[in-house]
Amino acid sequence: MTMNMTSLLHIPTAFILAPLLLGIINRTKAFFAGRKGQPLLQAYYDIAKLLQKSAVYSRTTSWVFRAGPVASLAAVTTALLVVPVGGSAAPFHFSGDLIFLAYLLGVVRFFTVIAALDTGSPFEGMGASREVQFSVLAEPALLLSLAAMSLIGKIPAADSMLFQGFFASLSEIYARLTLAAWSHSGTVLLLAASAIMIVLLTENSRIPVDDPNTHLELTMIHEVMVLDHSGPDFAMILYAAALKLWIFCALLAGVLMPVRSGNFLLDTTTIIAGIFMIAIGIGVIESIMARLRLLRIPQLLSGAGVFALLAIVLVLKK
Amino acid sequence: MFLILTAMIVLCASGVVSLWYGKTPGHANAIGPAGTVLGCLIGLIPAVEVLWTGQAEAFRMAWQVPFGSFHIQLDALSAFFLLPVLGLPAIAAIYGKAYLAAYSGKKNLGVSWFFYTILTASMMLVVVARNAVLFLMAWEIMSVSSFFLVCFEDEKESVRKAGWTYLVATHIGTAFLLVMFVLLAHHGPSMDFDHFSAAGMNGVSISGLIFLLAIIGFGTKAGFMPFHVWLPEAHPAAPSHVSAVMSGVMIKTGIYGIVRILTFLGHPDPWWGWVLTGIGVVSGILGVLFALAQHDLKRLLAYHSVENIGIIALGLGMGVLGMALNQPLLAVLGFAGGLLHVLNHAIFKGLLFLGAGAVLHETGERDIEKLGGLMRRMPWTGALFLLGAVAICGLPPLNGFVSEFIIYVAAFSGMGLSGISLSSIAIITALAMIGGLAAACFTKAFGVVFLGEPRTSAVMQAHEVSPAMRFSMVILGISCILIGFSGPAVISVMKSVVETVTGYQGYDIAAHLAVSLPPLKHISAAAGILLAILGVLIWLRQRLLSHRNVAQGGTWDCGYTRPNARMQYTASSFAQPLTGMFGFFLQTRQEAALPEGFFPSQSRLHTNTEDIFTRNLYRPIFRCIERFLLWLHWMQQGQVQIYILYVAVTLLLLLIWNLR
Repeated sequence: MTMNMTSLLHIPTAFILAPLLLGIINRTKAFFAGRKGQPLLQAYYDIAKLLQKSAVYSRTTSWVFRAGPVASLAAVTTALLVVPVGGSAAPFHFSGDLIFLAYLLGVVRFFTVIAALDTGSPFEGMGASREVQFSVLAEPALLLSLAAMSLIGKIPAADSMLFQGFFASLSEIYARLTLAAWSHSGTVLLLAASAIMIVLLTENSRIPVDDPNTHLELTMIHEVMVLDHSGPDFAMILYAAALKLWIFCALLAGVLMPVRSGNFLLDTTTIIAGIFMIAIGIGVIESIMARLRLLRIPQLLSGAGVFALLAIVLVLKK
Repeated sequence: MFLILTAMIVLCASGVVSLWYGKTPGHANAIGPAGTVLGCLIGLIPAVEVLWTGQAEAFRMAWQVPFGSFHIQLDALSAFFLLPVLGLPAIAAIYGKAYLAAYSGKKNLGVSWFFYTILTASMMLVVVARNAVLFLMAWEIMSVSSFFLVCFEDEKESVRKAGWTYLVATHIGTAFLLVMFVLLAHHGPSMDFDHFSAAGMNGVSISGLIFLLAIIGFGTKAGFMPFHVWLPEAHPAAPSHVSAVMSGVMIKTGIYGIVRILTFLGHPDPWWGWVLTGIGVVSGILGVLFALAQHDLKRLLAYHSVENIGIIALGLGMGVLGMALNQPLLAVLGFAGGLLHVLNHAIFKGLLFLGAGAVLHETGERDIEKLGGLMRRMPWTGALFLLGAVAICGLPPLNGFVSEFIIYVAAFSGMGLSGISLSSIAIITALAMIGGLAAACFTKAFGVVFLGEPRTSAVMQAHEVSPAMRFSMVILGISCILIGFSGPAVISVMKSVVETVTGYQGYDIAAHLAVSLPPLKHISAAAGILLAILGVLIWLRQRLLSHRNVAQGGTWDCGYTRPNARMQYTASSFAQPLTGMFGFFLQTRQEAALPEGFFPSQSRLHTNTEDIFTRNLYRPIFRCIERFLLWLHWMQQGQVQIYILYVAVTLLLLLIWNLR
């Protein structure tokens, strides 16, 4: 079992800073709209307030509805164990951890969806239906873009009889993404990063896929699935969403910020700064773009898949 | 070996006795399941022993049949397949006793149990037989006994039709197997499996042909697309415990056949791996897509078997490719993942079919659109079905994830190797899409059947099933969890199995398998952490809510005042975005009467997704054959004299032929 103590620090960092991302995005949007905007720490206030509240449950629901938020938060927290922050390794790193990560996010989705269906509400069913539809395309795009990055720096001799190396863990993949990697396979990394960006926007229900601030239940995806949750359950959902956003931002920042000095403090601060920059970027995208029509979203996601495939082809052709 | 033979005898004997007591259902329904459980437990002892030690045992007896000999052997591969072959029927038998009790007096239960025990015994014989004649006989007994089991409710026309489709399909498959065995024997002195492998097929030009024949012959049984068409017909038609055995175990004998034949053929060609990968991608993705479009719960599960067979084929494809291109790591991981998925699928598919059977037993309804809200009425069945659903979606920390993970690792490791990269990318993309689609399919199946409000009155009266039926499901559920958490231990057991399949001696298989050990250990640890966090969060939530006023209310209905159960999202609407997106493959037909005018009164929508291969491939072929056979009618005049003339002419022609 490989685990180093410093990397354990990433987890409390994520715990503390994740809700801040929502604040940054909202402030960026407010800036573009010429508003003052909500406080940066609004998500923290919301979570704290919700935790103090009681809950209302629909008579239709069963324990599945109550298990949804708990299971989602538990799975996201476990996923944090394998996510590297830039060059510094995650507490858990093993070959195939990227699959484990993708499937833990699958667990989150599964339980959110069945909790939504438990209410018997047609609106929540509609949101759940869209959520599973988009994930079918988002999941291959994510795995393929990570696969492309795993190949950088690992090409084994083509005709060798013996296998050269085993496939890398996320932490090893990210440790290899140095400035040098950017200089010789920049295109591959750019393509992979674009694919991850699109998946990030989809999985975290941001514009242009979903609008977290929409007011009409008919058009929502993620928000409509959690309509009936209240009190501590809803606090867990908000927090899980923030952590999930943190995970994706960390994955993207690790690619875009090739700072691998070896100094733990320097590396970590740059990546965290990168994560905040990405949050600002999301805010900018949300401000300058309109939502896509629902029917167009599969095309956007197929585009992400094609980017990832192209990245693999490029890295293999080298 | 003694125990294997004893197990078969116990199974057959209990079958015959329950047939004898057919008229007194109480006796038949006690002896059948008891004999099955006893026989299976006896048979499992040597299987576990062989898996543990890796030492094969054999037994040979002279036999009067030409080319035949009663030669059976239990090596690691056979022993591994014996686990599901004996385990699931035993568990399903306990369930079946309670399930069939409802038919007591209406149906001859003795006959049903007779064929059930014979099916179990013949599947056992299939995996231990070491002579082609013996193998084919066991194969045929297996097919025919399962045909009779499918036709249990033969008063229904749909059941008779399903049985007929199955009988035709399985015999077409067997025809290919006959040719294959003749070709294999052509190069050796006898029909004994020993001689096939001793013959050394290396470099023999027909080995590719034999492989293709095996793919078609065994693939028909396994349910490879496009040979799967019987599967979604036959599995739903059978009683649920039989569906579980057929879908969970019987189709795996096809996988066993392919793997066994591969051991005879020596060094494989790379294109064999590509063929298997291609079949895996097509079966996997199309299987789950068709499952998504179904309204019938058992039919949905049957299509899911096609999908899982596809995943198994992906693993085997990687294994064959690894062998062909001398990448032992890929070969070992591919076969280990694929074969482990055989066991895992038997467990969770068994669980899901038994769960679907429990729903059918209580509500009499298989149509998903008419169910709903069963979680509160059948809490055990609901929770166990959920467990099975999570497992079949390949989500951690359950068993489905372990085998899919190993196949993923094999595919990722193959990236960048010449000749393998393309397969690797195909496998990763396919597995990721299958994962997403399976999640869509099972959130639909579980969500619409068990959650929300009941859609019909039949559901209101449903109750939890009997303890015996629950017991069977609980055992399977526990197995899902156990294998999920003990990945490293399970993969060590696969060592001797993979050794038998790949024939690697020089390479150290243990070292290659060990590559997957650290990841699996981490995953087990992470799964433990997941459970711990889950516990803490549940405790936290309990604590926060304990002294607060938790209220009950209606579901938020956006201001509408009179919501009712029919306004819930249906399974069809839930799946529509995906079925629409892949409409090209599904070709779903819609019959709709849309609401029109200002005060619409009647409206209706009915969708039907027929199998595209049935519609576009098999139906035209069989129609041609039928037309040709009808054309032959002119020979049948119904006059005895003409028939005698035919006999005389034939005789004459044969005599002339002999003179030549």
